[in-house]
Amino acid sequence: MAEAAGSSWHPLGCRRAPSSSHRKTKIMFRIHSLLLLTLVAGLSATSPVSLANPDTAAPTSVEPSPDYPKITLPPPAPKSPAIKDSKSTADHGKFKELQRDFQSGPEVTQACLECHTEAARQVHQSKHWQWEYLNPQTGQLLGKKYIINNFCTSIASNQAFCTACHVGYGWKDDSFDFANQENVDCLVCHESTGTYRKLPGMAGHPPYKDVEFPPQSGRIVKGVNLQAVAQSVGKSSRRNCGACHFYGGGGDAVKHGDLDSTLTNPGRYLDVHMDKDGLNFSCGECHLTTGHEVPGSRYAPTAKDVDDKAHMRGKDDKNPATCQACHANDPHRQNARLNHHAEKIACQTCHIPEFARGQPTKMQWDWSTAGKLDQDGKPFIVKDSAGHPAYDSKKGDFRYESNVIPTYVWFNGTVHYTLRDTHLDPTQVVQINRFDGSPDDGQSKIWPIKVFRGKQPYDKATQQLLIPHTFGTEGDGAAFWKVFDWNKALEAGMRATDRHFSGEFGFVSTEMAWPITHMVAPKEDALRCDQCHAPAEGVGRLDQVPGIYMPGRSANPWLDRAGWILALLTLLGVLAHGAVRMVAARKGARQ
Amino acid sequence: MSQRIYVFKRFERFWHWSQALLIISLLVTGFEVHGSYRLLGFEKAVSWHTTLAWSLVGLWVFAIFWHVTTGEWRQYIPTLSKVDAMIRYYAFGIFTGAPHPFKVTRLRKHNPLQRLAYLGVFLLISPLIWVSGWLYLFNSQWTAWGLNAYLSLQWVAFFHTLGAFLMLTFLIAHVYLITAGHTLGAHLKAMITGWEEGEA
Repeated sequence: MAEAAGSSWHPLGCRRAPSSSHRKTKIMFRIHSLLLLTLVAGLSATSPVSLANPDTAAPTSVEPSPDYPKITLPPPAPKSPAIKDSKSTADHGKFKELQRDFQSGPEVTQACLECHTEAARQVHQSKHWQWEYLNPQTGQLLGKKYIINNFCTSIASNQAFCTACHVGYGWKDDSFDFANQENVDCLVCHESTGTYRKLPGMAGHPPYKDVEFPPQSGRIVKGVNLQAVAQSVGKSSRRNCGACHFYGGGGDAVKHGDLDSTLTNPGRYLDVHMDKDGLNFSCGECHLTTGHEVPGSRYAPTAKDVDDKAHMRGKDDKNPATCQACHANDPHRQNARLNHHAEKIACQTCHIPEFARGQPTKMQWDWSTAGKLDQDGKPFIVKDSAGHPAYDSKKGDFRYESNVIPTYVWFNGTVHYTLRDTHLDPTQVVQINRFDGSPDDGQSKIWPIKVFRGKQPYDKATQQLLIPHTFGTEGDGAAFWKVFDWNKALEAGMRATDRHFSGEFGFVSTEMAWPITHMVAPKEDALRCDQCHAPAEGVGRLDQVPGIYMPGRSANPWLDRAGWILALLTLLGVLAHGAVRMVAARKGARQ
Repeated sequence: MSQRIYVFKRFERFWHWSQALLIISLLVTGFEVHGSYRLLGFEKAVSWHTTLAWSLVGLWVFAIFWHVTTGEWRQYIPTLSKVDAMIRYYAFGIFTGAPHPFKVTRLRKHNPLQRLAYLGVFLLISPLIWVSGWLYLFNSQWTAWGLNAYLSLQWVAFFHTLGAFLMLTFLIAHVYLITAGHTLGAHLKAMITGWEEGEA
C-alpha cells in the first residue's frame, strides 16, 4: 500500500495511468430451442474491463506564485442571498442599536449582545468556538486545536491564517482570550449581504479598510461596511455555513468532496433537499440547531442510529441530522427489499452515487515535493488543464478529481485518530483517522467515504507526525511559505506546541477518511441494483466490503463448478446415448 | 394389436407445459441473479424470477388439488418391479431395437424409472428449491420471524443454487428421454394430444 501510494506520485502532479485491468470470466449460456424444450449448456467468454480512474488533466500552465499563499475565496459581494428569512418578526435594519458606524467586529458583537444577552455564552460552549472535542468513545482530545490532518496539517503556529474560519476575532496565537464575549463573531454566521469576508492572515477579522489581498497581488478587497452587514443579520443561510465549510482545506471543494460552493444555489441534480427551485433546505434544516450547538459531527458521526426511527427532531436527545431522523429507515414504499438493504447499508451509499458532483475535489496532496523554486528563486504554481493547481511550491503536488466513486467501509461511528503524540510506523500508510466497524457488531452500516491520500512530514527519531510552521507575516524567518526551509519550519511548528523536533524528518504516506453524506442525489440517480450486483463492468461497488453475501457476486465457486460439471456430464451422457442409438438404428435399417 | 389410450388429461397437459415454461424461465432468470451471465440485467432478472416463482406456486396449488381429488397422485407411488428391466432397456435394448419393457395403461402411465425420477423431483429437488427460495424471498423478515440466528443468506443461497443445478440436470435428462418411448415421438405426442399408442 505504501509503495502503491508512493508510485502514483509524479513531480508534476499527474498520476500514472493504472496499468492493471481486471478480467472477469463469465459463464455464458446459449439456449437453443428444440420443440420448445431443449436446453444446451456451456460456453465461456471473457470480458476485459478496465479499472482506470477518470484521468485528471495534465498540467498546462505555469505561473509565478503570488507572495501570499494561494487560496480561493468566496465570490465577492453576491446579491440576493439564497434564503431570505422573510417570516422573521424583526427587521434588524430598524434597530437603533445598529444605526451607527462600527469600527470593528467586536463592536458589532457588543451591540448584538445588548439584546441577545446569552448568545456569546452559548457560542463559547460550541465546537465552532472551542475547536476542541473530547470524544467520549475513544477518550481522544480532538478538534482543530489538536489534530493533524493531511491537508494543511495543523493550526499550531499558523493560527492567524487558519482562524479566518473561527467564529471569533483575534485568535492569532495562544494568548487568545476564549472567555471574552466580544471576541465572538456573530456576523460570519448571520449576515446576509455576502460582503463579509474574513481573510486568512487577519486572525478572524474582516478587512475594515480596503486592502490588497493577497498582498502584492494588485487585487483589492474592499473594507467591509459593518453597519450594512450588521443590519442584514438573520438565520444562517447556505452561504453563511459555506463561507467556511465549502472552502475547508484551503480552497473551494478541496476537503470534503460533498461540500463546496456549488451548494450555495444548487439545482435538483446536485442536492435534492437543497434544490433552490424545490425544497430549498438550508444547512440548519437538517443540522437543527438549538442554543448555538450545531448537531452533526464527523468526529463522532451517527453511523447507525439506535433504533433508526424517525423522531421529533430537537426534542429527542438524538442526532437530528441523520437521514432517518426524518425518513425513518424504511422509506421505500414500493420495495420492501430496499428497506431491508437499509438495515445494513447507509442511505448515503445508494443515494450519493458519487462525490465531487458539483466540481472537482482534491484527492491527493504530497507535501514532500514542496519547496521547489524557479530560476529566479521564486515559488511557482503549475495548473492542470481544468485550472486547478497541480503543483504549488508552497504546498507540493495535488491531484483533483470529479465525480469520484467513493470507497465503501463498514462504519459504526467510532473514529480513531493519529494524533501529535501517536507513534507511527513509517513503513506503512498512516491512517490519520481510522473508521471502526464490522459486519458483525450490529452497530455498523456500509458507508461511502472519501479517502484523501497524502505525504507529510514526520520525525524520524520520535516516529511522530510533525507540525510545520507554514504561514508567516513579513519578516518571519521560519515560515515555510516565506523561506522554504523544512528544518526551520518544522522546528518552529513543533516549538509552538512545546514539542521537540529531532532535526531528522522524512515524509510518510497518510490516508484520511471523510464520510460522504451531503449532496444527496434525486432518487432517479441513486445506485442501480447492478452497480453492486452482477455488474456489467465486472467490478461492483461493494466488491471490497467484507462479510456480505451478495447475490450475483458471491457464488460458492465449488458448488458452481460441481453444478456445471454435473449438468454438462448429463448433457454429454444423453448426447452420447442418442448418438449410439442413431448409429444402431442405421445399422439395423441396413440389415 | 395396438390401442389408443387417453393418458394425459387436459389439465395435466396444461400443468406440464406451463410448468415446463416456468421452470425453464426460472432457471434462465435464476442463473442470471446468481451471476452466471447477463441477459435482462440484475434488477429485471430478480423481478421476473420472483413473479415466475409466485406463478409456479399458484400452478402447484391447482396441481396438488387436482392430484388429490382425482387420485392421480397414486401414479407416483414408487415401485421397484421392472426397474431392472427399464435400466437394461436404456443400457442395451434400446440400441438393438428390443421392445419397450413397459406397457402404458391408464392406471400406470409412468414407467418405474419415471415414477422414481418424478418422485425425486417432487420430494427432494422441489422442496429444496421451495424452502430455500421462500427463505431467500423473505430474507427481510428473518429478524421478525426469529430466524436470523439460525440462517445465513450464504447457506440459503447455496441450497437454492444446489436445487437449481439438480433441476437443470433433471431437465436435460428428461428432455432427452422424451425420445426414448416406444417410438421417437411417442412421449411428446402423448403430452401434446393426451393420447398414447399402447398395446392391448
